[in-house]
Amino acid sequence: MKSLESILANHPFFEDLKKEFLELITGCASNVCFKAGEFIHRQHADADRFYVIRQGKVALELCPPGRNPITLQTVNEGEILGWAWLVPPYHWHCDAQAVELTRAIALDGKCLRKKCQEDHDFGFELLSRILPILGQRMEATQIQLLDIYGSQQKN
Amino acid sequence: MNPINSDPVVPELLKIHRVIREAEDTFTLDLLPPDKTQSEYSPGQFNMLYAFGVGDVPISISGRSSQSGGWLHTIREVGTVTRALHRLKKGQTIGVRGPFGKGWPVDLAKGKDVVILAGGIGLAPLRPVLEQIQSHRDHYGNVSLLYGARMPDGLLFSQDRETWRGRNGIQVKVTVDTGDRDWRGNVGVVTHLIDRVKFDSLQTIAMVCGPEVMMRYSVRELQRFGVPTNQIFISMERNMKCAVGFCGHCQFGPSFICKDGPVFDYPSIQPFLEVREL
Ligand SMILES: Cc1cc2nc3c(=O)[nH]c(=O)nc-3n(C[C@H](O)[C@H](O)[C@H](O)COP(=O)(O)OP(=O)(O)OC[C@H]3O[C@@H](n4cnc5c(N)ncnc54)[C@H](O)[C@@H]3O)c2cc1C
Ligand code: FES
Repeated sequence: MKSLESILANHPFFEDLKKEFLELITGCASNVCFKAGEFIHRQHADADRFYVIRQGKVALELCPPGRNPITLQTVNEGEILGWAWLVPPYHWHCDAQAVELTRAIALDGKCLRKKCQEDHDFGFELLSRILPILGQRMEATQIQLLDIYGSQQKN
Repeated sequence: MNPINSDPVVPELLKIHRVIREAEDTFTLDLLPPDKTQSEYSPGQFNMLYAFGVGDVPISISGRSSQSGGWLHTIREVGTVTRALHRLKKGQTIGVRGPFGKGWPVDLAKGKDVVILAGGIGLAPLRPVLEQIQSHRDHYGNVSLLYGARMPDGLLFSQDRETWRGRNGIQVKVTVDTGDRDWRGNVGVVTHLIDRVKFDSLQTIAMVCGPEVMMRYSVRELQRFGVPTNQIFISMERNMKCAVGFCGHCQFGPSFICKDGPVFDYPSIQPFLEVREL
């Protein structure tokens, strides 16, 4: 069986991460598995975890009052799920539901925050990996808002 | 490819063999050819379809019908003419001029990897490319289709996508902008699919078709993955009248979309794409 450390080391998000940092992260990690249809987190609940997806697909959903839930994005193998553990008041912004059997490594948010505070180099390294992903997701949302497949204004 | 009529501004009357419903607002007209030899075309070319008494619009050829032997045109209803075309029934007649324009670089792509990015109705002009690749699969390296639509019920050609994926080893990835609880596939922008498929960026020909905004983002992402811009091709849309380079209606920078396009290599039109008023 693979150790948590070697699973993390082989995940694209942690590619080329220094061994000492990997050890810090492994100290906050545990293996988790979600069945298809199972909620990984619910909107407004405490965001105490950060997930590194190893296999499967997760739908990020919003449930506007009185309307059916809509999926805004899916997160797949090789990607990460959740940034709300980094930003007060540490509450999830949406629901996350496993679309299919999903295996992930869960990282304890509190534990990671503590290690980031104690070792700023580690904190900087982690943020430098998370921020570009947040940037890409923000841009993806902007493109979705443009409704690029809708009617063209100019022809 | 020669137009069906020796005078390219005179429409040929073709009978509708079938109307296929593809999605809520999208349908395919299967046109009976007057003579089977007259339905030659290159992938990416278009015809001018004339709804009598209403007007004509440029519509890409989306394939050849296995039933009628004639052209297929897949049309999204957006306004006056496309709405009139949608009202037509089997057995009725429309006016057709074409095929016109320069299509996709299917020959240039031989021996290379191919990445096809399609958005919404943009899959229609690319379907003949996938069919051509499918029938000469060993001439191409890794081939992928990345296809995005607004909602799951707007996704086109599900049977074809299964065939391309199944028998021909084409990597097919699909995504929608917004999903519902019944949708088990990907949700997110089409550009997000690029890193899920295998291709050698320097040896890749990319073909992109969809709304202009989608194409801009797609080109930028392809560049980020190292695909040289002169290996990226996009299909442009502008209003047309004559479709043969006479009237200037479709002028875009120094080019006429009808005659010099609609498919262009990216560097040749990039400067004009960045001009706001064009
Ligand atoms: C080379 C070429 C190939 C094309 N191939 C296809 C094809 O295979 N299938 C197809 O459905 N269309 C295709 N089009 C687009 C098609 O020609 C237009 O949708 C059509 O001209 C619209 O005419 P209309 O009279 O129905 O709409 P109009 O009455 O002219 O417009 C009504 C509304 O629709 C919007 N609109 C106009 N054109 C488009 C468009 N392209 N997309 C979204 N909204 C639009 C307008 O901004 C307006 O708000 C192609 C265009 C070109 C230039
Ligand atoms: S439509 Fe007349 S020049 Fe292109």
